[in-house]
Amino acid sequence: MRAISDSLVIMKRQLLQLTRVPEVLIFNTIQPVMFVLLFRYVFAGLGAGIKGGYVQLLMPGIFVQTVTFTLAATAQGMAQDMEKGLIDRFRSLPISRAAVVTGRTLGDGLLNIVVIAVMGTAGFIVGWRPTSGLLKIGLGFLMLLLFGYALSWAGIFTGLIAKDARVVANISFLFTFPLTFLSNAFASTTSMPKALQYVAEWNPVSTMVAAVRQLFGFHNMFGVTKNSFPSTHPIQTSLLYMVLIMAIFVPLSVRRYKNTNK
Amino acid sequence: MKSVVAENLVKTYGKGEHQVRALDDLSIDVEEGTVLSILGPNGAGKTTTVRVLATLLKPDSGHATVGGIDVIKDPKRVREIIGLSGQYAAVDETLTGWDNLVMFGRLYHLSATAANARAKELLEQFSLTDAAKRPIKTFSGGMRRRLDLAASLIIRPKVLFLDEPTTGLDPRGRMEMWKVIEGLVDEGVTLLLTTQYLEEADQLADEIAVIDRGKVIARGTSDQLKTQIGGERLELVVAESDLSAAKVIADRIGGTSSTIDAGLRKISTPVTTGGNALIDLLRELDAAKIHPLDIALKRPSLDDVFMSLTGHAAEEEKPEVPGVKGKKGGRK
Repeated sequence: MRAISDSLVIMKRQLLQLTRVPEVLIFNTIQPVMFVLLFRYVFAGLGAGIKGGYVQLLMPGIFVQTVTFTLAATAQGMAQDMEKGLIDRFRSLPISRAAVVTGRTLGDGLLNIVVIAVMGTAGFIVGWRPTSGLLKIGLGFLMLLLFGYALSWAGIFTGLIAKDARVVANISFLFTFPLTFLSNAFASTTSMPKALQYVAEWNPVSTMVAAVRQLFGFHNMFGVTKNSFPSTHPIQTSLLYMVLIMAIFVPLSVRRYKNTNK
Repeated sequence: MKSVVAENLVKTYGKGEHQVRALDDLSIDVEEGTVLSILGPNGAGKTTTVRVLATLLKPDSGHATVGGIDVIKDPKRVREIIGLSGQYAAVDETLTGWDNLVMFGRLYHLSATAANARAKELLEQFSLTDAAKRPIKTFSGGMRRRLDLAASLIIRPKVLFLDEPTTGLDPRGRMEMWKVIEGLVDEGVTLLLTTQYLEEADQLADEIAVIDRGKVIARGTSDQLKTQIGGERLELVVAESDLSAAKVIADRIGGTSSTIDAGLRKISTPVTTGGNALIDLLRELDAAKIHPLDIALKRPSLDDVFMSLTGHAAEEEKPEVPGVKGKKGGRK
């Protein structure tokens, strides 16, 4: 019980930060909203022949991209706390070893809720209309949040092993950027070289995008190999990926936090 | 009763020829309710010692207890009785002083009401009430350190570790910090303080352990350490023509041969009778019609102690040793 309430105190710290430095929240939401508007109009031509237009394909892609970047945000926050010596102070307190890292993932998860809500509103204004039922739309959003939450654990580990907060952000973008573009998020994968197509197809970002498109009632997978498992079962594959990411990074992060000596 | 005991601590970083022994069979102890200052240059192992005792770092070998509790076997119970404040203000800079203290209070499992009350109390005690609602990043260096110290006192720890509490502060900030620390000592907390400032150890500590290269090379009170390298000496500056006559007098009073710095026209004589030796010297100089230009009874400073013990000055720059300072990237 203590571990849970300790985590909540740490989470509350992040919410407090948002009220003390509202710029963080503003910039965290402006960027994805800008992406929505830019891509919606610049790439409108990609949606030729698609019912409802490109924005129907775009929104799941841009949602997934945004939650993928949680990894970088978490990593940077964690590395900053390390640099500032805050982690040392937390480690000298009589609290559970998992509380600080769990608290941060929860805080970043809450931030994602706000960001996704704002993006969804922006998308709705420029013509995005999910067509499935409320339940499925809800499940789609839930998957997005869970995916962001799982990646946040990878971010914790990255932040803990890194030496420098400024480097961390760059390194995490080095992974997340190709990950989001080597996928079906913004354009059809069929125009890629054959070898890349396989990568794109198994890329968790692609399976997530496909899963969310499906849950939002849109079945154009934007170019995937027929009958391959990730293409036919995007929801199951995505859930599997999340379990895998958590199974690897939760124990790694908690162990690293316990033994960290920076 | 000993509140802190460390026995034969060894901690090495790196491998092979790059291996650094940050702690090399280090042993210290602190009597309950007293202040021990660990004094040493950068890289001597001060921070590593504190990190081991504060349960942040496991030593390779050795044994340590804080408040009678084993820091290696039972770190969680140790954390319930200690406070730690490091050389970096380890508080959330985006939050206000108030937010920080309440947060740490909650993490020490105080109720919301108790955490608020304690935050208020500490802010008053450390003269930070006016700044309580401002983000830490608007604080001066001295205010940050005071808030950091306040955060380490939330549970009224039995044992407090302060790692270079005034490093980087301006003289005023340092004086303020000393006042605060002296107040805590008066309240009876057991304090282990590291510093590279000899003056600070002199001012605050009951006992000083001088460490260098991971070893304790001397310990005792400030006075004992000073006596250890020779007690007082008389220093006398006279006109050049009087130099040899004055030396004869100085030799007689010191009962030994004085040293002369001809360039400065300074005669230096070790003495054992303190003020009386000074009076005798003045009388004899007067009788011989020698007018001293400058005369003083000098006690060795801790700087002299340090020089004589280690063969190098306290502030001497040493090459950066990875992992020895908390900030650098050592790992377990």
